[in-house]
Amino acid sequence: MEGGKLKRFYVVYDGLETFAFVPPHTTHQGAHLRDGIDLKRTMFMVVTALIPCLLFGMWNVGYQHYVALGQAATFGEQFIYGAIKVLPLVIVAYASGLAVEFLFAGIKGHSIHEGYLVSGMLIPLIVPADLPLWMLAISCIFSVIVAKEVFGGTGMNILNIALTARAFLFFSYPTKMSGNVWVSGNAADFTADGYTGASALGELANTVTTKDPSIVDPIMKMFEPDGMYSISNAFLGLIPGSVGETSALACLIGAAILLFTGIASFRVIASFFIGGLTMAFIFNMIGLNAYMTVDPLHQVMLGGFMFGMVFMATDPVTAAQTPMGKIIYGFFGGFLSIMIRVFNPAYPEGVMMAVLFMNVMAPTIDYFVIQSNIKRRLKRAAILAA
Amino acid sequence: MSKSYSVKKGLDIRLKGAAELKAEKAPIAEEYALVPDDFHGVVPKLLVKEGDSVKVGTAVFYDKSDERVRFASPVSGKIAEIVRGEKRKILHIRIQPDRMQQFEDRGLVNAVDPKSLITSLCEAGAWPLFRQRPFDVIPNPDSQPKAIVVTGFDSAPLAPNADFALSGRESDLETGLKALVVLANGKPVYFNKKSGSQVDTKVQGVTVNSFSGQHPAGNVGVQIAAISPMNKGEVVWTLDAQTVAILGRFISTGHLDLTRRVALTGSEVANPTYWDMLPGAKLSSVTGGNITSDHYRTISGNVLTGHGHGKDGYLGFYDHQITVVPEGDEPKFLLTTGWLGAGLDKFSASRAFPTWLMPKSKTWKLDTNTNGEERAFVVTGQYEGVFPFDIYPVQLLKAAITNDLEALENLGIYEVAPEDFALCEYVCTSKINSQSIIREALDEVRRECV
Repeated sequence: MEGGKLKRFYVVYDGLETFAFVPPHTTHQGAHLRDGIDLKRTMFMVVTALIPCLLFGMWNVGYQHYVALGQAATFGEQFIYGAIKVLPLVIVAYASGLAVEFLFAGIKGHSIHEGYLVSGMLIPLIVPADLPLWMLAISCIFSVIVAKEVFGGTGMNILNIALTARAFLFFSYPTKMSGNVWVSGNAADFTADGYTGASALGELANTVTTKDPSIVDPIMKMFEPDGMYSISNAFLGLIPGSVGETSALACLIGAAILLFTGIASFRVIASFFIGGLTMAFIFNMIGLNAYMTVDPLHQVMLGGFMFGMVFMATDPVTAAQTPMGKIIYGFFGGFLSIMIRVFNPAYPEGVMMAVLFMNVMAPTIDYFVIQSNIKRRLKRAAILAA
Repeated sequence: MSKSYSVKKGLDIRLKGAAELKAEKAPIAEEYALVPDDFHGVVPKLLVKEGDSVKVGTAVFYDKSDERVRFASPVSGKIAEIVRGEKRKILHIRIQPDRMQQFEDRGLVNAVDPKSLITSLCEAGAWPLFRQRPFDVIPNPDSQPKAIVVTGFDSAPLAPNADFALSGRESDLETGLKALVVLANGKPVYFNKKSGSQVDTKVQGVTVNSFSGQHPAGNVGVQIAAISPMNKGEVVWTLDAQTVAILGRFISTGHLDLTRRVALTGSEVANPTYWDMLPGAKLSSVTGGNITSDHYRTISGNVLTGHGHGKDGYLGFYDHQITVVPEGDEPKFLLTTGWLGAGLDKFSASRAFPTWLMPKSKTWKLDTNTNGEERAFVVTGQYEGVFPFDIYPVQLLKAAITNDLEALENLGIYEVAPEDFALCEYVCTSKINSQSIIREALDEVRRECV
C-alpha cells in the first residue's frame, strides 16, 4: 500500500474500515487496558442528542409552511413537507464537508477524524429550510477548510465549525439568511395573520429603533400569552426560525442526553443559561425599549439561544478547557448573546456572534486561570524558601 | 501528628480475578533475570561476566553515574547469559539458579548512624529499594530528603491486599521503619495506610496517616501532594510497605532476601492467589498451568503501569503483582461490540455506555484492545476527574509534547510521575499515551533543569 498508485485511496478504505470495525490495535505502551470510549462513540452521542431537534425541526418546517399559507394539513403532510426540505440539507452538508475531510486526509496521509460527524448534522439545523443547497455546500467546504483543516484538523480548530459555516452564509448571502426567510415557502403567498416570514427576533429588532406605538404594539402583542410568539409556543418551538433551533424543549431533551452521558459540560450549559438570564434581567431593569422589556425566561427561549447553549457553546475543542474557565466562558457567552441581539438589530442572532467571540476569547480565559495555578505554586515554594 | 486524608478524585477499574487470600511459597524458577530497565535512568556497568557464580546479594552491576549504587542478584546461581539489544544495550542478565540458595552475609548492619547505614545499604545492593520524587528514580545517596514517605497500600486494579501481604512481617516492618527514621535524620517519616487497615506501627518518629478514596489514593505521589506538595529543588524518598519490610529483614539478618508476597491476578488466571517469590523470577514459574485461555498477556505489575507484552517475562524489581489479561487483537464490528453497540461489555469512566448504571459489585473482563484510534485532544474535563493533584493535567501534557521546560516547571512537573497519569491514559477518549509523554518530559527536565 505504501507508495503505491492507490495510496491516496487507502485513506478512504481505511476510513470506511475503521468506521465499521474497531481496529484490532492493542496497547503497546503505558496502560495495558483502555476505556471503552472513543471519539466515534462520543460524536455518536452528540448526533443522538441532536435527533429530537432534527425530527421536531422537520415537522415544524412543514407546520409553519401550512399555517403561513392558511391551509389545513395533517401531521403527516406537514412532516413530509419538512422532510423533503430538510433531508437534502443534511445530505448536502455531510457530502460536501466529508468530501473535504477525505481529501485532506488523503493529502496529509492521516486517518479520517470524526469531528465532522457532528458538524455535518449541526449545520443544516442552524440555517433556514429554504437555503439553496449550493450555498450550503460552499459554506460547509469553506468552514472545513478555513476553520479546521488549516489549523490541523479535528481538535485543533479555534472556531466552532458549524458556526463558522453559518457566519459565512450570514455575511456572504444576507438576503437568504435574514429578513423574511424563516418560514419555508414564498413569503408573498403567506396569508395568515402575523406571518411575514420573519423570525421572532427579526420582529423584535424592529422595536429597537422606534417608540411609535403603531409599530411596537402589534409586535409586542405577538409575544403575549395568546400571541404567535408566546412563551409556550417558544418553549415548544411552534415558531419560525432555523430548522432545528426553534424548540427549547427539543434542545433540553438533547441537553439531558448530553449531560446524562457526561459528554457535554454541565458548567458551560448552566453558566451560559445564567449569563443569558442575567443580561435579560439587566435589560428589564433598564427598559429603554420594548425589546428590553421581554421577560428573561421568554427571552432565552427565543431564537437560537437554547440550541447554541446546548450544542455550540459546549463544543469541547473551542470552549475553555479548565473547569473555572468553562464557567467564565459560558457566563459571558450567554450574557453577550442577549446583549448582541438587543443592541444590534442587524444581528438578530446574537448567539452565533457571542459564541464565536467567546471561542476566540477561550484561550485567554484559560491562560488567566492557569496563571493563578502557577502563581499559587510559586508562592508555595517562596514561603518554604523564606 | 497523624491525619486522615480523603482523595476525592479517581477511578477504581473493577476487574475480574482478584487474588484469594492464601499464599504459597513459589518454587525456584527455572530462570531468573535482572532487568536494568526496571531501574529508570540507570546505565548499567557490569561487575560479572557470563559463567560467573553469584550469591544472593552479590553485586551484578552498578550505575555508571554513581558507582556506589549497586544492583544485587536476587538468587544464587550462575550468570547464564548477558542479553544485549541495539547498540549493545544490556536488556537482561539471565541467571541459572542453584538448587541450594547461598547468601552474601553482610553481618551486623549499623542502623544508628545515617551515613554508615547508607554505605552498608549501597554495598549490599539494597539502595535501589529506595526511590525518589521528583522523577521517580533511585535517589542519589547524598541527597537530603525533605521527608521519607511510605505508601502502606496499593490501590491499583486487583492490587494485593496490604494487610495480607504484611501479615507475619510486623517486626521486619518495624525494623525497617526505625531505619528510615535514622536515615531521615530529623526530617519527617510518613507511613500512609489505607483507612480501616490493620497495619499500624508505634515506631517513634513515624507519622501514620490514613488515606481513603479510589485509585490513585495509594500512589505515593498523590499522598505527597496531599501532605506537602513537592517544590523545585526538593527531594522526597519513597518506598512501599513491603519494601520497608525487606529493608528491615536485611538489617536484622544481614541477608538481602528480596522475597515478597506477590498477588497473581487477572481474568485469565484459573486460581488467583498469592505467592511468596523473588523479583526476576520467570513469571511462568507461577502462571504455568494456571491460565485458562491460550491468547493472553502476562503483565508484571498492574494493568495500568505494569510491564511486559508477551505471554511470559520476569517479575519486575518493584512489582508485587502479576496480572494476566486477554489480548484484544480481533476487529470488533461496530454494531455488536464496536462503537455503535450497546456496550454491555465495556467498562468506562464516561457514561456513554449503559454499564455505569450497573451495581458497583460487578467485575469486568477487559482485553488489551485500545477500543479506538489515537486522536488529538478533543474531550476536556476527563483527566481532571481522575487526577487528584492541584495541576492541570492536559496543559502539563501539552507542555511536555512541545518540550516547553519553563511551562513544565510552572505547571508542576516535579510533583508527578508517569504512574500518576496512568488513569488519565486509561480514560482518554483520544487514546493518548500520556505515561510515556510524562516520562520523556521528566527525563528532559532532569537533564536540563537540575
